[in-house]
Amino acid sequence: MIGQEQLSVLVTAAAGTISAHADELSELDSAIGDGDHGYNMKRGVEAVLGDLEAISAKPLPEALRAIGTKLVMTVGGASGPLYGTMFLALGKELAINPDDFAAAFHKAVDAVAARGKSEFGQKTLLDVLYPIAAALDTGKSKAEIVALANQEVTATRDRKAVRGRASFLGDRSIGHVDPGARSSALIIEAIAGKLQ
Amino acid sequence: MSNVGIVIVSHSPLVAQGAADMVRQMVGNDVPLAWCGGDPGGGLGTSVEEIMMAIERAWSEAGVAILVDLGGAESNSEMAIEMLGGDKAGRIVICNAPVVEGAVMAATEASGGASLAEVQATAQELSPA
Repeated sequence: MIGQEQLSVLVTAAAGTISAHADELSELDSAIGDGDHGYNMKRGVEAVLGDLEAISAKPLPEALRAIGTKLVMTVGGASGPLYGTMFLALGKELAINPDDFAAAFHKAVDAVAARGKSEFGQKTLLDVLYPIAAALDTGKSKAEIVALANQEVTATRDRKAVRGRASFLGDRSIGHVDPGARSSALIIEAIAGKLQ
Repeated sequence: MSNVGIVIVSHSPLVAQGAADMVRQMVGNDVPLAWCGGDPGGGLGTSVEEIMMAIERAWSEAGVAILVDLGGAESNSEMAIEMLGGDKAGRIVICNAPVVEGAVMAATEASGGASLAEVQATAQELSPA
């Protein structure tokens, strides 16, 4: 189970990679959306960092819910409710069953899918999150999970968007990596890099 | 006021305000009305907090109908409703309708004392099936 000190390390790493890649994420979003994904996410993770001392003092489920609420309130755009729901649901599930992270993660991804009225294969962050949920279920290693996440990001390039603003482009959305899939993989890689 | 309230949520504060002006021209002060637009950083986008405050400003015991423009406005409105929670959440609906025309149609319906379901159905008549 993740302790308070470690949570602070993980959140700092995840926030750091999002801020460092904010320009890249917004550029990806410019190609098929409104070009603000990186900047929106950066605003959200900076707000979380600003509250990190209070957040990491809470028990893990409550801390995750606090992160989710902060993201919902500060990210804006569609990614606020999606990432916010991920952390809110993860906190809720871990409060019920603290010993089964894989099951909690899977349910949290289901909550994101419900929020976005989407599913795997529609060129969204779910294209990364569902394969990772499956990999956690089967106990894959951290290195395998990171490799899988990046591979799934690349796979979004050839898919056509059917949800969100990218869907307005129809076939023209093909050929571009999905920015939400990329930000998910960045967070997964940052967390895997710090997990002991 | 017992008429259903209307909330307009756009990525652009100018669009939201303009739509609200058109609603006011049609129904005057017969309908509780509020609008919001712009993300928490002041750019184009939507803010859950602003949406929650707009719902409070337009609150009516008969409920509130929200009109939204693009995806993020809809998901942020859903989030705002969940976060308000309690008894109020069950009396707030999001209309699947074009934001400007939907707001004017919904408010016109609301000004005659229609129920929340009737207001929502009238706005949604504008949507392609």
